[in-house]
Amino acid sequence: MVKATEMSLDHKVIYSIIEKGSRVLDLGCGKGELLYPLVRDKLIRAQGIELDDKAIQECVKKGLSVFHDDIESSLNEFPDNSFDYVILNQSMQQVKKVGDVIHESLRIGRKVIVGFPNFAYFRSRFMLFFRGKSPVTRSLPYLWFDTPNVRFLSVTDFKNFCKEKNIRIVEAHYLGEKKEIRFFPNLLALNAIFVLTSH
Amino acid sequence: MKVIKNKIIDSTSVGVVETKSFTFAEDGEKFKFEKGDTLGPIALAYETYGSLNRDKSNAILILHALSGDAHAAGVHAGQDDTGWWDEMIGPGKAFDTNEYFIICSNVIGGCKGSTGPSSINPKTGKPYALKFPFITMADMVNAQCRLIDHFGIEKLLCVAGGSMGGMQALQWLSAYPERIKSAIPIATALKHSPQQIAFNEVIRQSIMADPAWRDGNYYEHGQPEKGLSVARMIGHITFMSDQSMEEKFSRRLKNDKFSFGFDADFEVEGYLRYRGTNFVKRFDANSYLYITKAMDYFDLSGDKFIPNGKDVHARILVISFKTDWLYPSYQSQEIVRLLKRRHVDTTYCELTSTYGHDAFLIEVPEQTALIKHFLDKTFNGYLVAGHGKSN
Repeated sequence: MVKATEMSLDHKVIYSIIEKGSRVLDLGCGKGELLYPLVRDKLIRAQGIELDDKAIQECVKKGLSVFHDDIESSLNEFPDNSFDYVILNQSMQQVKKVGDVIHESLRIGRKVIVGFPNFAYFRSRFMLFFRGKSPVTRSLPYLWFDTPNVRFLSVTDFKNFCKEKNIRIVEAHYLGEKKEIRFFPNLLALNAIFVLTSH
Repeated sequence: MKVIKNKIIDSTSVGVVETKSFTFAEDGEKFKFEKGDTLGPIALAYETYGSLNRDKSNAILILHALSGDAHAAGVHAGQDDTGWWDEMIGPGKAFDTNEYFIICSNVIGGCKGSTGPSSINPKTGKPYALKFPFITMADMVNAQCRLIDHFGIEKLLCVAGGSMGGMQALQWLSAYPERIKSAIPIATALKHSPQQIAFNEVIRQSIMADPAWRDGNYYEHGQPEKGLSVARMIGHITFMSDQSMEEKFSRRLKNDKFSFGFDADFEVEGYLRYRGTNFVKRFDANSYLYITKAMDYFDLSGDKFIPNGKDVHARILVISFKTDWLYPSYQSQEIVRLLKRRHVDTTYCELTSTYGHDAFLIEVPEQTALIKHFLDKTFNGYLVAGHGKSN
């Protein structure tokens, strides 16, 4: 059983955003580490999508409902506004057609919560600038040859993306190693979490 | 699988069981088939394992595949063969008989104790043969519903089955969503593809091409052995995968060298012949014709699955297998697609297995874990886990 105190910082932030009784879709829900406490404490109606069948076993063990599917092909059959929240946490950087996934998420969800590792984090910048190496950080822990990530973006990149696509950012959280960060997020944040709507 | 000889009955077995019979549509009342025919009385053979709790909330209906029967678990007195889903049903197993009351009945049109083409027509004193009404998946489920009524069960905890058993689970969901709390359709489809119909047609043709079939009136003379056995051989090819056949037989020979004749040289030939011959002893050819046709007619695609205006509150667990080319995963994904559209609480998992379509009968650990946990949460509720279970 996951206690609120055992949750990772990004999960804690998302957990606090979601209201009681919400309908929530978690894209790339893993073993249900985020959905389970939400179901338990906030009585949300949860649905997960996950590609790894061992993770699905864990979800079913927790009583969560999951579709065995990849994020990109799984969204189009949901009717409009099927969910209050669609969560795309730490999975967007592994998605090829990011624009389509966010667009579809905004169609099927009232709000979309996006969480991703910030590529412009100062340690990443140092590694690239001074050492001439692809960054390996706490939020981007992989080496270049075995990373599942296909998208590398910064806080600023994502904000520009939203502006261009006419997506409203209604809430922004910038995460350091242990707590939220208030200043110079593009430089100091390891991870960013945005709450988006389409209008 | 049924060929586990001399298996010791241990603490995970339901033990010695007995097939019972339930008769309905008696005393002038007739059972109405989907096609319009009426018939009565109708007998259904069934078995039960575990015990029904006081509020009758722990009943699970197990639905068998094409050649299955009511004997799903345990052994019959004096016999070695365990039921067809013995790996899944018993104390501590996926369908845990310590917790649940399990019912399995032979389908209407079958030949293992339920009324079907080989049953005696009371009017003529002879088997119905092709005079038996054409059956559909809806008829099978409507008949099961009578059995469930007989037990006084308002709502089943779950309906579950693989292949044609999965079709019946989907039919339950479509026709009686208010009478089930959950459904587990495994390795199945909302409708047969032309490829599936094609296999069934070859199967039927091989039975009907045997002169011993005699337009279905073979009962005084014995089964159309050759035709029925070839029919079953075709079936067995479709149940396996290229990989599982390689693992099981490769090109191994029965004897050391080729016979340069048409005996069974290869182990795979011997296996198919054995399966075919064995089947003749246990399954009625006309039942095979009727049931394969019912599978081909089955179609719950599109809006037919969950009719507009009907709400489904049941939880669904859909399972498919990667190497199943007879009921490929895309057909399960189509089920999921329709459930998704209607916001039905659904879990879907495609399991890795080399066994092809047979996997749902053979492949135990992953399927067992999924079903066990799914049922536990459906029966005991979401939040019980981790807070200590009372029983």
